[in-house]
Amino acid sequence: MVEISQHAMRRRAVVGEMRHLLFSVTPGAAWIVIFLVLPSAYLMGVAFMTNGPYGLPQMPLTLDAFERLAGFGFLGWSPGNLYTLLRSLWQTLLSTTLVVLVAYPIAYYITTCRERWRPIMLLAVVVPSWTNQVIRTFGWMNLLAPGTPLSELAEGLGLISPNMGLYPSNFAVTLGLVYNFLPFMVLPLYAAFEKLDTAQVEAAQDLYASPMRAFWHAVFPQTLPGLLAGIVLVAIPAFGMYVIPELLGGGKGMMLGNLVATQFSGGSNWPLGAAGAILMLIATFIGLFAMRRIGKRLGGGEEVVI
Amino acid sequence: MSDTIAADTADQTGVTPAAERQRQEASSRKASAIELRGLHKRFGRDTVALDGVDLHIQAGEFFTLLGPSGCGKTTLLRILAGLEAPDQGTLIVGGKELTEVPPHRRSVNTVFQSYALFPHLSVRENLAFGLKMRGLPAAERDAKVDEIAAFIKLGDLVDRRVDQLSGGQRQRIALARALVCEPDVLLLDEPLSALDAGLRAQLQVELQRLQKKLGMTFVFVTHDQDEAMVMSDRIAVLDGGNIQQVGAPDEVYERPANAFVARFMGHDNLFAIHRSEDDWVETEIGRLRLVPDEQRDGADGWLLVRPETLELGPEVPEGYNRMTGIVRERLYRGSRIEYRLEVNGQMVMAVASNLGQRIHREGDEVTISVCPEDLVRVAA
Repeated sequence: MVEISQHAMRRRAVVGEMRHLLFSVTPGAAWIVIFLVLPSAYLMGVAFMTNGPYGLPQMPLTLDAFERLAGFGFLGWSPGNLYTLLRSLWQTLLSTTLVVLVAYPIAYYITTCRERWRPIMLLAVVVPSWTNQVIRTFGWMNLLAPGTPLSELAEGLGLISPNMGLYPSNFAVTLGLVYNFLPFMVLPLYAAFEKLDTAQVEAAQDLYASPMRAFWHAVFPQTLPGLLAGIVLVAIPAFGMYVIPELLGGGKGMMLGNLVATQFSGGSNWPLGAAGAILMLIATFIGLFAMRRIGKRLGGGEEVVI
Repeated sequence: MSDTIAADTADQTGVTPAAERQRQEASSRKASAIELRGLHKRFGRDTVALDGVDLHIQAGEFFTLLGPSGCGKTTLLRILAGLEAPDQGTLIVGGKELTEVPPHRRSVNTVFQSYALFPHLSVRENLAFGLKMRGLPAAERDAKVDEIAAFIKLGDLVDRRVDQLSGGQRQRIALARALVCEPDVLLLDEPLSALDAGLRAQLQVELQRLQKKLGMTFVFVTHDQDEAMVMSDRIAVLDGGNIQQVGAPDEVYERPANAFVARFMGHDNLFAIHRSEDDWVETEIGRLRLVPDEQRDGADGWLLVRPETLELGPEVPEGYNRMTGIVRERLYRGSRIEYRLEVNGQMVMAVASNLGQRIHREGDEVTISVCPEDLVRVAA
């Protein structure tokens, strides 16, 4: 009797716990299922369907979209999509690197300022991103177009051929990306710099590290979590960026995001667009995985990268 | 693995014979004297950290900078390390002027208050850091790290990560990381302040033994006068960026140079002197005979009466001063008994060892006697 009732009580407790768990997890889980899992599943489904007469997906299931994506068309193989992929990767790598190089000193500089100035300086970094991205990008078009002072300066220095202007060009795309993503790198780096343990830096100097080596061995490892977080925040959206290459590249510097977008918006080929999105997803996962490995190897920051 | 610098007690500092021999050979050529002349340091416009400090620290000495927070002791230590530059003055270590030399070119190492271990490196990498920066080949680094690990009895800690260590273990790693570089001078910035009382008392003794064994010059910073007295060969008491007194622990404790030093060393029994002659003083608690002090410059402010020098009881030994007081408060502390006595309207502290004598009660009238030699005049 006693044993049975104990068993029953335990079971009741477990059921109660389960119910509690269910209540607390359900909203989040529902959100993820409705807005992430289902659309992704649909997208993946679309990628394996046939392209219909108006660009809409239809049965039967086929691998056509992936063949097209790999460059096999009616006229045999063309490297266009491969170039787009490579250009996206290169553009992402280049602009992320530049963002790091610009943001690192800025973040450090802000932490050296007086405490009451710091929020204002951070605000100055962040405020531009409150404006619509398209408007800011149009702003750059006006600044870089042929005949503007910046373009004429570049012309005068012999950096570009006459009357070409700095826009449209790959340079303009890179500049736009760096400008756009700068706050996303400055903020996590600033957070890392702000809680920097200066005693470690002094210990390194005390243990015969020159200023350069003290930076490398005592400052850099401490900022690594912020740096990796910043890279994730910059590189992933940059890889899928659509507006900036579209506007500043003038249709020449197409990136993977543009390829995907045109398949949907132009109404030309949904399955191909979906296949492109899946390719981006895979590339992103590979990138995150690589970051995790690098973070672990450098001895810090694996917690920030998924 | 215990939390001690050297796990063994008694007079073996936990040193293997071979390591000890190597140490002694090394120590005979290390140990440098330190000369500080006219050091001034200011932070911002108003904060004076050092206000003209002159100091000579002998080679192989355990020297302590003692003072309350903000007295300049840490600034002085940081100037020795090269982490702070003096506004004026000269620093000479082992006969070489180091005033302008950056920290990474000084053969001076520091044990930081927060230990400042590198969390992204293993214990072994932490220990080897200084040697690596000096460009020692990996094989030699490993040998030296193993040697210091044996010397400080780190044992299997060497292969751990820093975040797996306890406070006491981190303290030992920080010490070993500095010692392995065999510096001319070792600086210790309140290295025991983060540890609990028991461990701290143990490490005080062991750190002092270690210093004697190595023969290295240690400059130790603390705000704890007991710690300073237990460990040091000499103590410099600082206040307001000035050195108030330099001396052996007994000198500083028994003959404080001024009222600040007296109070900082824990003395409460200071009584205003109204009138002073060669061998007697007229004070708040009465007229007392004392020993004439030739170095006395006449500027007496206070009479120091150490509580442990007061004897309570009916008999007054010959030549002793005699006072009468009433017990107002009694604290029974086991090994000793503390009394607060009212003498001439003033409160006087007295401490008696608990030797089984009669314990006076609150309200009792007692005869107090004190030897003239134990009374000290202290400048204001």
